[in-house]
Amino acid sequence: MLPPASVIRLAGEQRELPYKAPYAGMIPSARKAAIMGDHWQQASQRQPGGQSPETPHGSRIDPYVGQYAERARGMVASEIRALFAVTARPEIVSLAGGSPYVTALPLDAVGEMFGQLVAGRGSAALQYCTAQGDAGLREKICEVMSLEGIRAHPDDVVVTVGSQQALDLITRIFIDPGDVVLAEAPSYVGALGAFAAYQADVVHVPMDDQGLIPEALGEAIAAAGAAGRRVKFLYTVPNFQNPAGVTLAAGRRHAILDICRAAGLLVIEDNPYGLLGFEGEPMRALRADDPQGVVYLGSFSKTFAPGLRVGWAAAPPAVRDKLVLAAESAVLCHSSFAQMAVREYLGTQGWREQIKDFRELYRRRRDAALEALSAQMPDGCEWTRPAGGFYVWLKLPDGINAKAMLPRAVSSRVAYVPGTGFYADGSGAGHIRLSYCFPEPERIREGIRRLASVIETEMELRDTFGTDAIPRGTGVDTPGPGDL
Amino acid sequence: MTGLDHVVVLAGGLSPEREVSLRSGRRVRDALGEAGVDASIADADAALIPALLADPPDAVFPVIHGSSGEDGAIREILGLVGVPYVGSAAAACRVAFDKPAAKSLVAAAGVATPESVALPRETFHDLGANAVIERVLARLGLPLFVKPARGGSALGASPVRTEAELPTAIVSCFAYGETALIERFVSGTEVTVGVVDLGDGPRPLPAVEIVPGAGRYDYAARYTAGQTEFYTPARLDGAALDAVAKAAACAHGALGLRDMSRTDLIVTECGEVYFLEVNVSPGMTETSTLPMALEAAGHEFGAACHALCELAAARGS
Repeated sequence: MLPPASVIRLAGEQRELPYKAPYAGMIPSARKAAIMGDHWQQASQRQPGGQSPETPHGSRIDPYVGQYAERARGMVASEIRALFAVTARPEIVSLAGGSPYVTALPLDAVGEMFGQLVAGRGSAALQYCTAQGDAGLREKICEVMSLEGIRAHPDDVVVTVGSQQALDLITRIFIDPGDVVLAEAPSYVGALGAFAAYQADVVHVPMDDQGLIPEALGEAIAAAGAAGRRVKFLYTVPNFQNPAGVTLAAGRRHAILDICRAAGLLVIEDNPYGLLGFEGEPMRALRADDPQGVVYLGSFSKTFAPGLRVGWAAAPPAVRDKLVLAAESAVLCHSSFAQMAVREYLGTQGWREQIKDFRELYRRRRDAALEALSAQMPDGCEWTRPAGGFYVWLKLPDGINAKAMLPRAVSSRVAYVPGTGFYADGSGAGHIRLSYCFPEPERIREGIRRLASVIETEMELRDTFGTDAIPRGTGVDTPGPGDL
Repeated sequence: MTGLDHVVVLAGGLSPEREVSLRSGRRVRDALGEAGVDASIADADAALIPALLADPPDAVFPVIHGSSGEDGAIREILGLVGVPYVGSAAAACRVAFDKPAAKSLVAAAGVATPESVALPRETFHDLGANAVIERVLARLGLPLFVKPARGGSALGASPVRTEAELPTAIVSCFAYGETALIERFVSGTEVTVGVVDLGDGPRPLPAVEIVPGAGRYDYAARYTAGQTEFYTPARLDGAALDAVAKAAACAHGALGLRDMSRTDLIVTECGEVYFLEVNVSPGMTETSTLPMALEAAGHEFGAACHALCELAAARGS
């Protein structure tokens, strides 16, 4: 109950607090309406003892709230994204972000090269170019792809703003709302975001430690056909997959291609990590054995610099033509400067040696992560052992929810990406993705030590309240670019 | 317009509300800039103390939300460094940030607050979750509202309508804090009332009524423009508007707060006012209610921030 209207007594003392009248409005009514909605106009006519006789509208801050497209419905603030904002701080060991360790590049030499590019060829580097991309760079891209057995002509290549734009363009030209995309379970969060933007229906196909399971792929195609669904393509990350860290076994590659060819299904082969294997030679690309059935997506983000945003698609001619037109309507053309910078880097710097350096650097970090996981993780955790790339996929003990656990992890100053981000169907809560690409080995060990302690606390909570009490924590909360 | 040379806006921190704090901080910095103050943003990190010592500002405007920003810790540091700051002193923040402690003091000052219990995680572990939950339900009944005893932005907070939902709500709460505040859910009009002191004593601002589109004022509803409808002043009759203003002023006074606070309240259909919690470092983002209320009261946001900084500078460290 409130004290009498005129005085308010403070706890612990008998002093009277003079109650001052609330600040009165002193701004013009038009301004008030803008700030407060048209409700303000009717406030003075309000009836005492109850609600206003009319039903006025308040302010929603965003005047266009009723006008967004259906596909923008899910674009809301998320507490998981908010948590990732904390992970950029140095106090946190972030095993969440997939940022390449660009500090290992010869930055002085690269800087000098960029300067010379503008000074010497600025009239081209700072000008528009064609939507298909710089011809010299496309030649170099064919050289890079030859390391994985691909024989391509520069005409087959479309340069894109990272391979993420290639994903967007492919989805744009193939997907009508409700069309089915087949993807590994789990799959790359950025691809799932692109598919969702065009209202595709993603059907996940199981993997094991040898990658995508051909029989399961065949069954998924058959099931979709039986249900009258239109399947448009298979999306796969065959090497050191993001997030699972597994690689499609050589023996399965022909089987996958045969199944897709028989079903008339295009394969989207997304291969940003293919040259970052820790053992032996790069795997032979799917496109190397079926150039007409595979669109290959490549990227310089992991082998050079993600900040330049240079990726590409190598596609069969008819698909390529549509990709070029789609790229033109999306961005007119890619950055000439970025493309020429990458071309220059490939032409003048020891990029093959640099990739070897990256491989060795990431191998040491992978080793640190695997050793720490073996030493620290409680019973009930299982994880993959990647032979390349950036990621370990860890299964949590039964009943532990990765998304629900994340705030506690961040409070304990370690971060990961919950598995739910890598599924379009709400599953994945029992898994987390750990990336070892960015922190130094010592920090990786410390992060995993903290994580083990967080999981143990979570297990104690589970045991105290029972598995049924653990929050479901489903839904896709897409992390920001640094976390992909 | 200004006698202030330099103000440091303290934003960021390590709590889950970092992102919100950075948005609040940028808005305060820009508003101060428009009011003619040279304002810069600093984070609460290892660079802070040396920077404040090397170039002491006229005042610090802390807008760090969540722990350290609101539990008094960062203000203790500002006191140790000897720089004036906007807002409540450390000791008052410590009490206000602890929701159960704040509820007790505000209730003792005469404002009703929903009946509640505060229980740490270990209690459930040591005494058995089922037995504790059974007692809670026997005492408080349903529906309930569970939230971390310390923290904000509705993180870890959830309503409980059935017995089965209670354990999950408690576990969700423990993701953000070590102690759960379980209180009777009071239904009614949700309002929040800012109290500011621009030099002539603490005064309540017009009450802002919050109507979340999806029915719950959760994180998404708070920070996605368009998800929530705000009515300023709240659609209450004159007596109720008066009552919520007094309740907020009472909470501000009872907790010994300074400069500004924001009190969350529920007004039942019968016009009873219930205190929920108070915020010593209110959000200042585009979707935050304190700036809305300031503008509704006729204060340009930048001028109000400027006045608060001037008062802090005059008060000294």
